[in-house]
Amino acid sequence: MTNRSAIYNKNKGTWEDKSFHLVVYLIFGAFTLLCAYPFYYLLIGTLSNTQLVDMGKVILWPVDIHLNNYVEIFKVQNLGTTAFVSVLRTVAGTGTSILATAYMAYFFTKENMWARKFWYRFTVVTMYFSAGLIPGYLNIKMLGLMNNFWVYIIPALISVFNMILVKTSIEAMPAELEESAHLDGAGYMRRFVQIVLPLQKPILATIALFTAVTHWNDFFTTMLYITDTKLYTLQFLLYELLNHIQTASQQIEYESSNQLAANAITPTGIRLTLTAVVTIPILVVYPFIQRFFVQGIMVGAVKG
Amino acid sequence: MEANLPVRKQKRWNDFKLFLYVLPAIIIIFLFNYLPLWGWSFAFFQYKPGRALLDSQFVGWDNFKVLFGNVVMRNNLFRVLGNTFGIHMLGYLFAPLPMLFAIFLNEVRSTRFKKFVQTMTTLPHFISWVILFSLATSLFGSTGLINILFKEMGAESQVITMLTTDKHVWITQVFLQNWKNLGWSAIIYFAAIAGIDQQLYESAMVDGAGRWRRIWHITIPLLMPTFFVLLVLSIGNFLNTGVDQYLAFGNALNKQYIEVLDLYVYNLGVGSGQISFSVAVGVMKSLVAFVLFYIANTISKRVRGESVF
Repeated sequence: MTNRSAIYNKNKGTWEDKSFHLVVYLIFGAFTLLCAYPFYYLLIGTLSNTQLVDMGKVILWPVDIHLNNYVEIFKVQNLGTTAFVSVLRTVAGTGTSILATAYMAYFFTKENMWARKFWYRFTVVTMYFSAGLIPGYLNIKMLGLMNNFWVYIIPALISVFNMILVKTSIEAMPAELEESAHLDGAGYMRRFVQIVLPLQKPILATIALFTAVTHWNDFFTTMLYITDTKLYTLQFLLYELLNHIQTASQQIEYESSNQLAANAITPTGIRLTLTAVVTIPILVVYPFIQRFFVQGIMVGAVKG
Repeated sequence: MEANLPVRKQKRWNDFKLFLYVLPAIIIIFLFNYLPLWGWSFAFFQYKPGRALLDSQFVGWDNFKVLFGNVVMRNNLFRVLGNTFGIHMLGYLFAPLPMLFAIFLNEVRSTRFKKFVQTMTTLPHFISWVILFSLATSLFGSTGLINILFKEMGAESQVITMLTTDKHVWITQVFLQNWKNLGWSAIIYFAAIAGIDQQLYESAMVDGAGRWRRIWHITIPLLMPTFFVLLVLSIGNFLNTGVDQYLAFGNALNKQYIEVLDLYVYNLGVGSGQISFSVAVGVMKSLVAFVLFYIANTISKRVRGESVF
């Protein structure tokens, strides 16, 4: 039996190994920096003296740290409502979508369902065609979901792709678990809620995270279907701000008590801070996404 | 009542009951995927916004004919298709990057470095294009950080106009896409590499194969099926780009080259109110995309079938 560590460490410490590692560290380090810096800039830019940020003096570290930007940003018209809509939509949309998707997946695992193959194909085929933008718009209008909070929730209830994932996961479950409950007289809903659902937590958590991120990042739905400013989402507000759309109802007004103060908010400041407000929740949730997805794969790739 | 039915009928009813359970979900699928298809009829009318459909004049295939017949429309259509093709083709040049990213990062001995790089490089995938645009404006915009630094260094002529020019639009957008998705796309290759039998590497090392030999003869051939399946599936998506990226980065200055097919449909319909044309273009796109998907799926099944036995 050959010595495994001898095999793996044969190259260690050689010039080839050292130079290889040097180049790889440089290239990957540079790209990593490229990925991380914009977010870092976002943080230091919103925490620093606003005049200095405008002049481009804030580059590597925050200067004259203050929290004024984050206080001022809430004076932006309707920010509280908008934030609330974003959060509500993300939480409610994700929760309902997970349940609806898992529900559909569960019943599609029942092989004796009437015309199962047909209805399953009926569902899956929708991943390959799209009715288009205008037809979608007309449809939403016809269904009475225009300018309505439910337009954020109902059309997104079932993601076919996620449904397939959950279905596969349920099918990998031992059949005996449900069987014994069935013999004890439990009906389908009981078995779904009390047995199947709890066991699907990993896959449900994964799709929950991705669904939540999709909801949080979406601005197009608001753009197409919502005109009531009280139903705007943060992402759409940011989009409008970036495009300087200035109609009477959409103009972003802020009342700054002290415009001349060193830390009075500037237009750049508003943009950066609003971006930060929209981005920080993702940064906060990100470690959880990481834990579920990437770590498991990374650990498996470690050699020796 | 059910208990009185003979066993076979009871089973049939039970099977149908299962369908009834799933029916609400199927209705949702129908409402939001199949029902909108009636909107395709708008392509056959000369629809004017504000009027009901049936008040409008039925024009049959005229709208489609005009799309190709009218010089202006035809040029626009080809321009837009060109943009879509151009951006995708450039994107294909970058297609091997995620795989190479995974391969070379995997060779690094330090697990901490690997984890750190993975964490940082997958982060951009989770932000929206709007956020990305905001970040890009802050750094690369005309009053952004980089340009201010250039001005201070006296290099006035080096001003970056990345976001407000019609030059280099395609490559800029492709770069942005890769910044956003490279780390994320590499994940599937990490998973594939993790699935490679370590004994292959061990016996190769015993036989004296160096790092590059091992990568070339073991890792890459075993990753090829994944690479090809992803490539083929992306062909199915060739006409689709989504609007998010191009709505965020598009403006009057770069419109000529940034307006991809999806954005064109949006601009025609919601922008200038030419509903009938917008639907006509959308219908054609949906049909072609469906065919592409079908072809891509068939090919990918063959590839997977061959490599997985």
